[in-house]
Amino acid sequence: MPPTIACRVQERPFDSAAELELLETNSDGEAGAVVSFTGLVRGQPGSKLELQHYPGMTQRQMESIAGEAARRFELIAGTVIHRHGILQAGAPIVFVGVSSRHRAAAFDGARFLMDWLKTRAPFWKREIAADGTAHWVEARTSDDEAAASWD
Amino acid sequence: MRIELHYFASTRDAIGRESEQREFGPEVRTVADVIAALEGEDAAYREAFADPSRLRFALDHVFVGLDAELADDSELGIFPPVTGG
Repeated sequence: MPPTIACRVQERPFDSAAELELLETNSDGEAGAVVSFTGLVRGQPGSKLELQHYPGMTQRQMESIAGEAARRFELIAGTVIHRHGILQAGAPIVFVGVSSRHRAAAFDGARFLMDWLKTRAPFWKREIAADGTAHWVEARTSDDEAAASWD
Repeated sequence: MRIELHYFASTRDAIGRESEQREFGPEVRTVADVIAALEGEDAAYREAFADPSRLRFALDHVFVGLDAELADDSELGIFPPVTGG
């Protein structure tokens, strides 16, 4: 049976502890490892981050990335959540959690999912400073290199 | 050929709209042809598409290159490299 990695694009906050607990309690004794990653908005107090995305493409692309991760690392289950809209500094922005039989696959699967999300999911960040000035964040070569390391 | 165009992030800001329906003549067959046709129309498109290495394209929600061939009623997304995560 193919693994189920649930993918969600949402504006509202998520509860990373609750998401992690769901993965742990639904392991049914098959999973021996759960690894999770929570990404937070960096920035000065009062600054914000605007996340734009491509409705229609985002969900499909996240599911495609999740399917690739499940195949490569024999993941048992997983959850991927990416927020959009206006987020305050310090707010959670992305959650990746996966389970597998052994820890190496769970670590690798979570890292792969983040590396591919950063370079293949259609989201764009715009930093808004406390004084209202804003600019679009430039893509980083280091993110491209991290994603390419899985090729 | 009728194409639905969707712009995001700095590309959207430069062009000044989120999306548009456009009708192109038979000379427009690929993504590159769409870019060239729009650039020929208006300075805002020329500014938005000034550096093709900084543009990414999605044809019907799948990443493609400049040489991808369009079909009637295709949806083409044009945007800078993604920065999510």
